[in-house]
Amino acid sequence: MKNKLLLILSVLFAAVLVLGACGSTDDESTDDQTDQDTEQNEDATGDEGTDDEDSSDEGASTEFKIAMVTDEGGVDDRSFNQSAWEGMQTWGEEVGAGDDQYAYYQSNDSADFIPNFNQALAEGYDIIYGIGYLLQEAVEDVAKLNPDQHFGLVDSVSDVENVISLTFRDNEAAFLAGVAAAHTTESGKVGFVGGQKGAVIDRFQTGFEAGVAHVDDSIEVDVQYANSFADAGIGQQIAAAMYTNGADVVYHAAGAVGNGVFTEARNRLESDPDNQIWVIGVDRDQEAEGDWEGGNFTLTSTIKGVGDAIVNATNLTIEEGFPGGENIAYGLAEDGVDVVRGNMSDEAWEAVETARAEVVDGTIEVPEFTYTEQ
Amino acid sequence: MLTMNKDRLNNLLVPIFSIFLGLIFGALLMLAFGFNPITAYNAMISGVFGSPYFLGEALRAATILTFTGLGFSIAFKAGFFNIGVAGQLLVGWTASIWVALAFPDLPRLMLVTMSIAAAIFAGAVWAGVAGALRAYFGTSEVIVTIMLNYTALHLTNYLILNVLGTGNTTERVSENANLSIGWLTELTAGSRLNVGIFIAMVVVFLYWIFMTKTTAGFEVRAVGLNPHASTYAGMSATKNIILSMLISGGLAGLGGAIHGLGTFGNLFTQSGLPTAGFNGIAVALLGLGNPIGIFFSSILFGVLEIGAGFLPNGAGVPDEMASIVTAAIIFFVGANYIIRFFMNKLNNKKTQAVQEGE
Repeated sequence: MKNKLLLILSVLFAAVLVLGACGSTDDESTDDQTDQDTEQNEDATGDEGTDDEDSSDEGASTEFKIAMVTDEGGVDDRSFNQSAWEGMQTWGEEVGAGDDQYAYYQSNDSADFIPNFNQALAEGYDIIYGIGYLLQEAVEDVAKLNPDQHFGLVDSVSDVENVISLTFRDNEAAFLAGVAAAHTTESGKVGFVGGQKGAVIDRFQTGFEAGVAHVDDSIEVDVQYANSFADAGIGQQIAAAMYTNGADVVYHAAGAVGNGVFTEARNRLESDPDNQIWVIGVDRDQEAEGDWEGGNFTLTSTIKGVGDAIVNATNLTIEEGFPGGENIAYGLAEDGVDVVRGNMSDEAWEAVETARAEVVDGTIEVPEFTYTEQ
Repeated sequence: MLTMNKDRLNNLLVPIFSIFLGLIFGALLMLAFGFNPITAYNAMISGVFGSPYFLGEALRAATILTFTGLGFSIAFKAGFFNIGVAGQLLVGWTASIWVALAFPDLPRLMLVTMSIAAAIFAGAVWAGVAGALRAYFGTSEVIVTIMLNYTALHLTNYLILNVLGTGNTTERVSENANLSIGWLTELTAGSRLNVGIFIAMVVVFLYWIFMTKTTAGFEVRAVGLNPHASTYAGMSATKNIILSMLISGGLAGLGGAIHGLGTFGNLFTQSGLPTAGFNGIAVALLGLGNPIGIFFSSILFGVLEIGAGFLPNGAGVPDEMASIVTAAIIFFVGANYIIRFFMNKLNNKKTQAVQEGE
């Protein structure tokens, strides 16, 4: 019996070995078609596009290597982590970096954060970015143990010497979204769907409420939290309740939970096309999510330039040295956050433009937090 | 006697074949997508075994999986599908951190014992609710434990935000609640491997004693095999249902304490249930309910989990591939009837041949 089993197994193994060998020779031809291997793809396109000019021009800077560690959302979350990774890819193209000069480490569980940082450490990257406030502890733990290594942290402030913090004044963009919502609503009621409670999402909520009140403080803002960044079902449930209660514009700052908000709005519009309702998207332009047969119901989206912030911090380090311990905050004035025109009416867009100018020149001070941080 | 030996051999062969078939399936899938499976497996293995740090991390992950695996397994032996291991782990984690934060200045041995005891208690209560509902009202423990998972998740997040924490996370527990052992940390180049692995070994041994050498363990198994017959034989089904669920939840809670105190040292808002809970189910299934088997299968899963991190940069393969391999292994364990069928067929032919030869 054993012999036969061994025979079967060894045949299977031989098959794998032989096929494996085939696979490796095929690699180059198949990789171009496979999107999954973005790294190698980027390399290929980068080489074609920029040719030799960039790499010879910036011989010194192309030695630089950067890496990022994602939070639990993963690198293809269509929002936060993805925009960070896209920023790195853009950087790679700009400086003509090879595919071993930028990489991501994906965390599937919060227990993976620290091993991922250590893995990146072993590979010798010049700056390792942690994407999201969830990684703060992990970044700080690893940074304290490796004082000579440079780290970056997005969306939270660390006071460790060798960590640069990149934060966003999301409340300013949310303020403009609030202005847009207040100029669009006809029912006098708007909604806000948050992800998990905490400092980051509180900025969105506070800014949005302030923006609505700035236009007309009789407009009611219905605030609900999903306690998740992933569960679209809860998002749909909350949106259904909001629209039923008369809200006609809903802003979500809840990652993938927002997909449920879009679904609910689409369902409602398809069954009752005359009753116009809107969704405001978050982090990247979500206009595509709002397409339906009668037009588009994405009023606008607030934009968060995570990728640009990473590119800037990296270039700053290359040019002037690492700004360790510093906190670089990106707001409307630095083009770090913004809103898009989307499907706003002329009147709403004009009001948003005015409000933007006033926020930038300091006439309006947008509050940052509703609750005082303990 | 002879048949028992054969069974034992089969019980060892089934998981081994499942692992092989799972790895081969993963390899074929990688080939289909144009990746090289040999580079991939090589990146995983050399990544984990090539450095004491990552080996330590793999063993740390395995420690947690041993507890959740044993926890799932004992309920499974008694005939229940405790899918709430993740939630029980989370309440155990919360309880241990709570106790550790409440008494930061107690002597280390006392504080660690108290924290762990609180975690076991919390996990046991969480599972016990489902057990009691099942025993007295016949409600499905699958549904109740799934719902209790979400209750645990949202309760934990509420407690962090309103009672325990400052924002999204609690303080770090004091040195006195730390589970790390100096020489072990040094040996594994600073990994988070901790005393939990020795606790896991002791628990594996105790589990084996309980299930094979004690009356209570025998009753649990008997109830699992046939509740009606065991009731007829004078065993209390109600008692055994609740007992097995209490132990199951207690083990998951213990895993939560080791995860909380050993891996993180604090508690933070969770966006989902801890994966160690669900992977524990897989570990238990691969270990076929045998405590030693569960211990080794949790090591395999720990290596797969940590090794997965090496796939994207070491071999250009998406790290989800490791999850697919894991899933394939579980599939083949679940489909062990097929494996047994072929093994029996081969066996019969052989005995026939032997008889003919004689």
